[in-house]
Amino acid sequence: MGKLFDKLNSDVRFVEGIKACINCGTCTAICPAAEVYDYDPRILANMVQTRDDSVIEDLLKGETIWYCGECMSCKTRCPRQNAPGMIIQALRKLSIETGLFVESEKGRQQLSLKRMLGDTVLETGYCVHFDHTELSMFPELGPVWQWVRDHRKEVLNKVDANYMGEGPGAIRKISKENLDELDKIFEVTGGKDWFNKIEEDSARKAKEMEIEISDGKNSPYFREVYTKNNQEKHVRS
Amino acid sequence: MNKEGKRKIWNDYQKEIADDKYYFVRSCIRQTFFPGADSTYLKILRKTLGKDVHESENHTTCTGIGYHTEVVPFPTIQTVVARNFALMKEAGYENYTPSCVTSFGIYTEILDTWHHFPEEKNKTREFLRKATNREFEEPKNLSHTSDIIFKFRNEIAEKAKYKLVNKETGQPLKVVDHIGCHYAKMFPAKGVGGAEYPQVLAGMVETWGGEVIDYPERRHCCGFGFRQYFVQANRGYSIAASKKKFDSMEPFKPDFIITNCPGCNYFMDRWQYALAEMEGKTYGENGFGIPVLTYEEVAGLILGFDPWEIGFQMHQVDIEPLLKKMGVEYDPSQKFKGPNGEDLGVPEVPNNLKFIK
Repeated sequence: MGKLFDKLNSDVRFVEGIKACINCGTCTAICPAAEVYDYDPRILANMVQTRDDSVIEDLLKGETIWYCGECMSCKTRCPRQNAPGMIIQALRKLSIETGLFVESEKGRQQLSLKRMLGDTVLETGYCVHFDHTELSMFPELGPVWQWVRDHRKEVLNKVDANYMGEGPGAIRKISKENLDELDKIFEVTGGKDWFNKIEEDSARKAKEMEIEISDGKNSPYFREVYTKNNQEKHVRS
Repeated sequence: MNKEGKRKIWNDYQKEIADDKYYFVRSCIRQTFFPGADSTYLKILRKTLGKDVHESENHTTCTGIGYHTEVVPFPTIQTVVARNFALMKEAGYENYTPSCVTSFGIYTEILDTWHHFPEEKNKTREFLRKATNREFEEPKNLSHTSDIIFKFRNEIAEKAKYKLVNKETGQPLKVVDHIGCHYAKMFPAKGVGGAEYPQVLAGMVETWGGEVIDYPERRHCCGFGFRQYFVQANRGYSIAASKKKFDSMEPFKPDFIITNCPGCNYFMDRWQYALAEMEGKTYGENGFGIPVLTYEEVAGLILGFDPWEIGFQMHQVDIEPLLKKMGVEYDPSQKFKGPNGEDLGVPEVPNNLKFIK
């Protein structure tokens, strides 16, 4: 048993996620990720069951663990009540902890997710905020969304939302006092250290790749990890 | 057939749903993209059904999307959830009702974790004290807001102005129900009908006069996949999953799709638009898409609420073909008007997806 395996095994989601897989392959049959990527949750379960650190290290450095969508359809169907999706959660955590996430194209995307979702949580109190839903980032929002955004005050008022208003209601402004509490929770639970870790390891990799990282969502490194897709590398040949 | 045995088996797929005094928490995606669905839910609960629903202005995101993209660590989300539970306790409520399916999954996962690993709960208690000086209790009852509408589906039917019936033919409308993965796939006992026999939406549809389509990919994910949607490079995963569902349901000619998950509703609406623009393929009748409605919107519709106050103008796939089939009385000229009839212009018309201005 290796050190990486011990770390995996200290994650309650790993403990809950795998109990002697019987290799039936049901998880792979119903997995949405297995349809579009070179991804096989049955094989993943076998790999972690070897308890071999070199196998686990390869997973942490590679593309495979980032293919899952965490829909957890596997948990429903497994006759042993295992959940490869939960194994994935533990592997991804360890990949970020060890800094190995920056060694894969899909792992490097973590910087964009931290800046899009993590920073939004602390700035607004929402994971997704109305003001951040630009068509340039999400063109499938469609022309109706552009119209909504252009007339947000009137359109949102008509459906009884409380856009950036005081008090309860949809899309309300979350007060500074509440944001301060959220901030403090992130500080004491390690959430802020986690953000810093993602930024620091990404900055190290950006330097190695000679791509400017800077702040925000328009830097060359952000655009690189947000849009780069070596499709042939990720699909089953 | 041994009906007693069947009833006994079916009991395993039921869940306890509180009947009043609800603590309501919003979904980031629902309130952003379909805020009228939230307003419709509260109007039905408070005015139509006379229930006590409390919303605190102090609750925040549960951070569930951050958690499922590995941006928010497990101890952090547990403490944010504990804070939201503490706010409920301070308000004097015990029945927690999130409108988000990702959140609902987060709450079920965390409560299950605390049950099996009490040390995680103790650690969370310490974190919450240190960060906020608050104390929390677990909810007495955890129900998704679709569970609440399911519970009162008969009362809603009694007060309904319309039925899910084609007014011209008198035939039940054919409906695709789509349930968010995190509603029951992780903890089937926490959802009405579990993951295998989904009843929470089917129960509403059948009670309100419609007929549920049991198509092959009924239980397949919409394709959100968290990082698989948020990162542009991965978005093919997301649209491919929705396409698989549309292709599977198309031969059954659904009149509309009903969803209980904010994300699913967004994806099934917007991916139809994207597929039409990318491939020229439309799945509804005469170049339209298949209308995609939330369960609150469907409930509001049959109760006779104004379609534009429900917020159908915020959908990219037009709802009008459904309104016409049901014989709903509405004013088409108000679709893109402001609350006081102001002219707000009209959205650009897509190239391939038929759209009524």
